[in-house]
Amino acid sequence: MTTSHDPAFSPDIAWCPGCGNFAIREAVRQALEELHLEPWQVVFVSGIGQAAKLPQYMPCNLFDVLHGRALVTATGVKLANSRLTVIAEGGDADMYAEGANHLMHAMRKNVNITCLVHNNQVFGLTKGQFSPTSESGFRTGTSPQGSAEPAFNPLAFGVALEAGLVARGFAGDIPRLKELIIAAIRHEGFSLLDILQPCVTFNKVNTFKWYQSRVYNLSDTPGYDPHDKAQAFARSLEWGTRIPCGIIYRNDRPALDRQLPQLHDQPLVDQPVPADKFRALIERFR
Amino acid sequence: MAVDITFRIGGAAGQGMQVISYSLGKMLARGGYYAFATQDVMSRIRGGHNFANVRVSDRPVYAQHGRCDVLVALDGRTIDEHRHELNEHAVIVHEKKLSPTGLEGHTVLAVPLEELATRFGADARMSNSVALGAVLCLAGYPLEPLLSVLKDEFSRKGNDVVSRNQACARGGYDFARHSFKKTCPCTLTALKSPESRLFMSGAEAVGLSAILSGLQFYAGYPMSPSTPILEYLASKGLEHGILVRQTEDEISAINMALGASWAGCRAMTGSAGGGFSLMVEGLSLAGMTETPIVIALCSRPGPATGLATRQAQADLLFACHAGHGEFSRVIFAPGTAEQAIYATNQAFDISEEYEVPAILLLDQHLNDSYWTLGPIDESRLMRQRYRADAADLAPYAYKRYAPASSSASPLLRPGTPNQLRYDDSDEHTEEGHITESAEIRRAMVGKRLGKAADISLELARPDCGPGEPARTVVLCFGSTYGVAREAVDNLSREGASISLMHLNEIMPFPREAVLARLAKTHRITTIEGNATAQLARLVTTETRLKIADSILKYDGRPFSIEEAERELEKQA
Amino acid sequence: MIDLTFRIAGQAGQGMQSISSTLGRMFARAGLHVFTSHDLMSRIRGGHNFSSIRVCDLPVTAPSGRVNLLIALDESSLSPHLAEMVPAGVAIFDAEADADAGPFEPDKPFRFPMPMTRLAKHVGKNPVMINAVALGAVMLLADYPLELLKAMFQETFAAKGGQVVQANIACAKAGFDYAAQYFKAACPCKLALPTQGNKRLLLTGDEAIALGAICSGVKFHSGYPMSPSTPIMEYLAARGREFGIVVEQTEDEIGGINMALGASYAGVRAMTATSGGGFALMTEGLGLSGISETPIVVVICSRPGPATGFPTRTEQADLLFALHAGQDESPRFIFAPGTAEQAFYLTNKAFDLSQKYQVPAIVLSDQLLSDSAATVEDLDLSRLVNRDHSQQFKAQARAPYAYQRYAATGDTCARLLPGSANQTVVAAGHEHNQAGYITESASDRIQMMDRRLGKLKPMRDEMDGITAYPQPSGPQPLAPGPLLLCFGSTCGAVREAVDILRAQGTKVSMLHLSELAPFPARLLTEHACRSRRLITVEGNATAQLARLIHAETRLHVSSSILKFDGRPFTAAEVVREVAGSP
Repeated sequence: MTTSHDPAFSPDIAWCPGCGNFAIREAVRQALEELHLEPWQVVFVSGIGQAAKLPQYMPCNLFDVLHGRALVTATGVKLANSRLTVIAEGGDADMYAEGANHLMHAMRKNVNITCLVHNNQVFGLTKGQFSPTSESGFRTGTSPQGSAEPAFNPLAFGVALEAGLVARGFAGDIPRLKELIIAAIRHEGFSLLDILQPCVTFNKVNTFKWYQSRVYNLSDTPGYDPHDKAQAFARSLEWGTRIPCGIIYRNDRPALDRQLPQLHDQPLVDQPVPADKFRALIERFR
Repeated sequence: MAVDITFRIGGAAGQGMQVISYSLGKMLARGGYYAFATQDVMSRIRGGHNFANVRVSDRPVYAQHGRCDVLVALDGRTIDEHRHELNEHAVIVHEKKLSPTGLEGHTVLAVPLEELATRFGADARMSNSVALGAVLCLAGYPLEPLLSVLKDEFSRKGNDVVSRNQACARGGYDFARHSFKKTCPCTLTALKSPESRLFMSGAEAVGLSAILSGLQFYAGYPMSPSTPILEYLASKGLEHGILVRQTEDEISAINMALGASWAGCRAMTGSAGGGFSLMVEGLSLAGMTETPIVIALCSRPGPATGLATRQAQADLLFACHAGHGEFSRVIFAPGTAEQAIYATNQAFDISEEYEVPAILLLDQHLNDSYWTLGPIDESRLMRQRYRADAADLAPYAYKRYAPASSSASPLLRPGTPNQLRYDDSDEHTEEGHITESAEIRRAMVGKRLGKAADISLELARPDCGPGEPARTVVLCFGSTYGVAREAVDNLSREGASISLMHLNEIMPFPREAVLARLAKTHRITTIEGNATAQLARLVTTETRLKIADSILKYDGRPFSIEEAERELEKQA
Repeated sequence: MIDLTFRIAGQAGQGMQSISSTLGRMFARAGLHVFTSHDLMSRIRGGHNFSSIRVCDLPVTAPSGRVNLLIALDESSLSPHLAEMVPAGVAIFDAEADADAGPFEPDKPFRFPMPMTRLAKHVGKNPVMINAVALGAVMLLADYPLELLKAMFQETFAAKGGQVVQANIACAKAGFDYAAQYFKAACPCKLALPTQGNKRLLLTGDEAIALGAICSGVKFHSGYPMSPSTPIMEYLAARGREFGIVVEQTEDEIGGINMALGASYAGVRAMTATSGGGFALMTEGLGLSGISETPIVVVICSRPGPATGFPTRTEQADLLFALHAGQDESPRFIFAPGTAEQAFYLTNKAFDLSQKYQVPAIVLSDQLLSDSAATVEDLDLSRLVNRDHSQQFKAQARAPYAYQRYAATGDTCARLLPGSANQTVVAAGHEHNQAGYITESASDRIQMMDRRLGKLKPMRDEMDGITAYPQPSGPQPLAPGPLLLCFGSTCGAVREAVDILRAQGTKVSMLHLSELAPFPARLLTEHACRSRRLITVEGNATAQLARLIHAETRLHVSSSILKFDGRPFTAAEVVREVAGSP
């Protein structure tokens, strides 16, 4: 039985040939390497779905948890040991459907974790239902007349909630995606990286070509300041013929773990239990 | 039985095992045979190893043999995985490009599936149609019925796709005719005047029955193996006036369905065990407010995510006790698609009449398998409407929970002119308003729990088969019915004193009927798809009967007939 | 024999809990045994609430159902309680002196109108100080020196400043003096209570659980407010900084359990607390704890359901739900302490065994236990078990990245923490192989199911929470009378009932089960097999304990005494039911 660090580790990757997950995996691998992070220093918390399988195929610590709950579990990991680099990974169903409530509050709290969302605008592993980021009119087995709802906009959501870093990447551009992943991990606060990727099996609308012809890089836009909330909000609403990629918004307010006095001196997991104070605590009831 | 052939088709995910097994089974069911098709599927979209079984018989069959007569291998892994399951005279059809070894002694036909698929269908993926054609020819069955099924199957993708698949099937058929000169050990003859039967998955049976039972609203979140129910209903929704909503999560699904039910519609939701876990608070709400709802709980191995696409029957006690506080619920555990049709219908009926949540305890094996059914007996379907109108009520005189002494009070639609409808999830008065009174509390608890006794009178007894109970009685619930039935029949025919009791209604527990039947039985055992003998525990708790060692399986697969027989024989 | 109940009744917001807490502490310091319980409506102002402070010279952990001294903070709070008053009881209610209290009738409670609100406004300039006025009157009637109350006020209101302290003292004196002037002579009851004695601890069940958690090294609590569990989170939050505990209020209960699981995976002792309805949202998380083998302590403080039910009342109806919660099968501990004292030790046991076996441990409380305060002699820290189960692994030399979370070492303590140099820890909610990665293989599945369920046997060997009363001394002959079986907080009322019945000549005894999963079947059978008549006494409608006994043993429970109206048992009720049962 090999572990992921073993050179002989060659997992049977359960992704379709041509899946955008392969590119994302490569970008993640490169980012971690460039950051000089050893596998033992990184924790992935994954939800459920094809996207969430990414950490199965990488050397890393991993807590494979429930559908939609990766963010809240990851928050617990980070608060317990802030030395770990914590990455929550999942697809658009995980983060924007089942886990949307947790996304909202993780952004508010500005927990210092990185949220990588593989956004292919469809449910993959359950075979092709529409997702919160499917555009309205998208026809699937559960929306035979076309989805009635407009697509959820995670970037605008993040800007509204003043998440620490709100960004979008594209699986078709590994070098830039790698840079974004690095920026997201480096940022001290909640980082949302919404990664557009094609689902070759179930999404015949938002294909690789479809994205390729629409995405553009904000870094190529002179004078764009991601700290400008109004500008970021306007940019986050851009979709359709032009889709901005890059860091949309940045907010340098302090991360949750920095605000808790309990965590000022050392990680919670390293703190000894103050048993010498127990007796006094009990006596307060006398 | 004279005809009993098992086809086993294997390949990687995405190679179309489901299409092959469905088409083959459908064709044979139309042809007057009984076909039973099951899937063994990995939790992925491409790659890995999936396989399907199609068992054909001239008698109803609801279980699979461990061994097969015809193995169709679309990839090499299939042969490795299943080479030890071949019957003595088994036939192997495989993709010619693979060069499998070690098949001496078996009848083998190598077919250039991908090549023929490319030639006749311009698409290598149509290998599955080629394979089907070749297998049919070997079995001595005519090609036309297959072509007809392929037409129905692919018509929604357009005539071009239909004709290409048909061409591939013919290509495979012709190839086999020219290349295979031996006699095939297993043959299937076309029946002269076939009695055409229905062929559908368990999920489709549940969905169909819901429609026939007057379903108006379904909410759900995709989760294997419940998703096909959601998708079937979504595909029929517009035509049948049913609103089908994919919600953001399972909590929303049950609460939205409860809202629809409260507002006057027959409503339903469904999920797997993990999604049901998120519905537990909603279930308690249904029990407290006495709001009708049908919940399809489609079991799979857990805990947590477990094995997403596999089989288990391990949610029995969870379903019985889910929810904080105490309230009445009904639980059905049908064993076949046919039973599921009547169980689903009865679930709606009881739920509406007694204003209780009704749980259909299903599982992956039931949902994903394809079953052959006779015609649906419409006279057995209950279609009574129970919801009240305000005809005899004075203005604003309606009291939702009056009288407290009755187990179900008239259910008025909110928005009825000059009446108000209050339902409270807090403890409530007969009017439905919040109360803290101890006396009213006692009355309302009595009202909610009192439903069980009334419901018991309406439910049928467990299915015990003909004749007196034998020396050994085997208990089972849900989809283990098929394999238990066949194993018990086989052993019985060989002289063992053994009979079967299938509990298709779990709650309210049919205590009197079970006791009456089993009180003098020498030996009782259970056969179930979980690790802690949940059915045995339930029966012992309810009846105090002693249950000998249970036969358990918890590896994510359904029992095979051989396994069940072997274990039962060991116990004897 | 001292057994008196003081009851304070009024509207929500009038400060009943403050009065009962002050009185309780005062009597506890005076060496009396105290049990305070609250009957609250689910609202913040108005309605009708009451608190009862029972003082006794023997330990008690149940309300008595009889009232000796009633203080009704508004007139409408008087009549609901008259029926429970003892014949020579005293009732003081808020009204002017000339209000018609009726003639003094022998064998009926004595009613004194007292203008408490007016005095509070006049002397304290604040109607909310009605509770100080009332306390002053109580001190007079109890023959207690006012100094003791002044000392309590100084302690309680220290943080609010000298003026508040003085105002309360002045109001108390006003109440004291008024009672002395108008009631003392006519008052028929003489409460001869000691003013000094063995100072005991006084704490609620929730406080005991929170304290037990702190003394077990808890470092993380995440949860969502829900009566009656909220005080646990608030107690921990108030001490978080001092004790190095992170307390996170999550957006919902799903967040509550999953965040704690994340913290536990990362290596800290973690917990969450809720009521039945919140636990209903935690069942998926419970299964994640089971399959990933991540320790966690989950406190469930039951209240009447289903759904919202009675948010502020008591019931014991979540036992079978807690036992079977979650899809498929995974073992868990369930502890059901009967008293605050027991809650302290069992919370510690829950943490220790959850770590040892890497399973979830549930501490099952209820509103009666959670909210009631009881006196405890002391809490013995040397009885606590706090073992570091990861130490064994840290010491072993290990090849880089060779660690496999679910290796079959035969040592379930094999838990390494993420962040350990040159090792990775893979924990999974999918079915998994020994290394922790997703698997579909039948053999892996069987191996892991056997591994998880194989914990049940050694877990069961840890269970010993069966307390018999009276304590058997040596082998007993067949007991002709009934054996009362109970779990959780019902033990107080049942124990008293046993004393009463035995005094009347009925040879009844009881067994209290405080450890319910894995069920101690063998132990219970040993204790109970000799009794001819088993009766369970439980706060639910479907006899859940009886059902559990039938599932796990060959014992036969002949009948059950059930209560499900949201109120706790009293000993008198149990006695009546036992006498009347078949």
